[in-house]
Amino acid sequence: MNPESGEPPAAVYRRYLESGRLGFQRCGDCGSAVFYPRVVCPVCGGADLAWETSFGRGVVYATTAVFRRDADPYNVALVDLEEGFRMMSRVEGVPAEEVEVGTKVILRMDREGDDPAPVFVPEGEGR
Amino acid sequence: MSLRGKAAVVGVAESDLGEVGPGFTPLDLIGQATLRALDDAGLDKSDVDGLFSASAYHHMPTLSAGEYLGIRPRYSDATSMGGSSFVSHLFHAAAAIDAGLCEVALITYGSTQRSGGGRLVSGSEADPYEAPFNPRYPVSMYALAASRHMYEYGTTREQLAEVAVSAREWARLNPKAFMRDDLTIRDVLDSRMVSSPLSIRDCCLVTDGGGAVVVTGAERARNLKERPVYVLGAGEAHWHRSISQMPDLTVSAAAESGSRAYEMAGMGPEDVDIAMLYDAFTINTVLLLEDLGFCEKGEGGAFVSGGKISPGGELAVNTNGGGLSYNHPGMYGLLLIVEAVRQLRGECGDRQVKSANLALVHGNGGVLSSQVTAVLGSESTL
Repeated sequence: MNPESGEPPAAVYRRYLESGRLGFQRCGDCGSAVFYPRVVCPVCGGADLAWETSFGRGVVYATTAVFRRDADPYNVALVDLEEGFRMMSRVEGVPAEEVEVGTKVILRMDREGDDPAPVFVPEGEGR
Repeated sequence: MSLRGKAAVVGVAESDLGEVGPGFTPLDLIGQATLRALDDAGLDKSDVDGLFSASAYHHMPTLSAGEYLGIRPRYSDATSMGGSSFVSHLFHAAAAIDAGLCEVALITYGSTQRSGGGRLVSGSEADPYEAPFNPRYPVSMYALAASRHMYEYGTTREQLAEVAVSAREWARLNPKAFMRDDLTIRDVLDSRMVSSPLSIRDCCLVTDGGGAVVVTGAERARNLKERPVYVLGAGEAHWHRSISQMPDLTVSAAAESGSRAYEMAGMGPEDVDIAMLYDAFTINTVLLLEDLGFCEKGEGGAFVSGGKISPGGELAVNTNGGGLSYNHPGMYGLLLIVEAVRQLRGECGDRQVKSANLALVHGNGGVLSSQVTAVLGSESTL
């Protein structure tokens, strides 16, 4: 690895997840929150992207329940984090179809097999 | 530089459609459609010197099509941005012809996804930041957009169902449409839910099919077999690839591609006689009518209600029955052009729109990602 390139953004993200944190980047030039992680700010083109840990508080921006023939539907949602970035995730703790746009949610680190999975639960449902 | 009126569509054709049966390949359908489109144009394969294609089957689609057809182009364009690619090819072909880089462009596509297994064949890679949550590609992405539109504007499932019913009403007038049975709003609402709020009848079909479009310079076009259909304007735009990166799920980049196409054409939505809008899902039609200026943002649900986009309604939309009821062979954009050209030539039989002189063709690709608009017109619009 070329030492000047540093650690790959996806690897840093993964390391944050493994330690139970949701990482995102903040552009040192324009201040934009950047997610998914990358080596260039898509807003201003700057390369000075610093990692921060999200507090994990957000609002459901869009939601769908994915139906299956042999099991209950599961939720897929887009969540707007209060730091100013959006990510795909799912809302747990309520039936998939009852998740509503505008619901305040909070991060809960789950596992998907060997992988850490950042999911959300409605605020007040506990972490 | 304006391309207004510089190039014209002179030949169009579908391949066999629906379910062609086992054994036929996507290239066989490209072959069928190409022969028919060249015949429609009164041109020979040897006249073609520009080749345009996109595919979910062939990584280098113009190479595969060129080899199969025995065409050795001097200009080759395999722009790949999903179902809109073929409207983009039309745009790029007009530019290449105007620049003298080719004289006769063939745009072609084929898919056997229904006979080959009945599921969408897609070359789309998974987004590593979305994949852990298992959205069903691409329906869940469009469902997310629908959920947001409902939240912001009060759009209802009934209004989305109106889109499916209107498409079906048009399909019932088109002998080549795959689904021609009666369809009511209640049928749509009661059909199997796939990814809420979208049910199976909110989703486009999975069919086989393909097509071909032949384009040449305006002067040469006037000496050919059919009345030319002129490319008056075109524009393209894309802002994202993955749905989680779409800035506002209620506004697509069609707002930009449409403005660019209208500006080049010197026309606006009020001039449009028929609108061919890529209806992969019912929410597309609502979003695109708004973004292309047929109604205000948020009013798309009301605009499609009460049969206003059905035969005999206020605006003729997707007169072939659309991806929802006519055919949707994985990528549908080329078939939008075919229908628009036939309408402007007056060849559409029972579904013919009276005195249709201006058509808007709008392709969508990916997950509301790529948006490409073309304005086509008959001689009288020049």
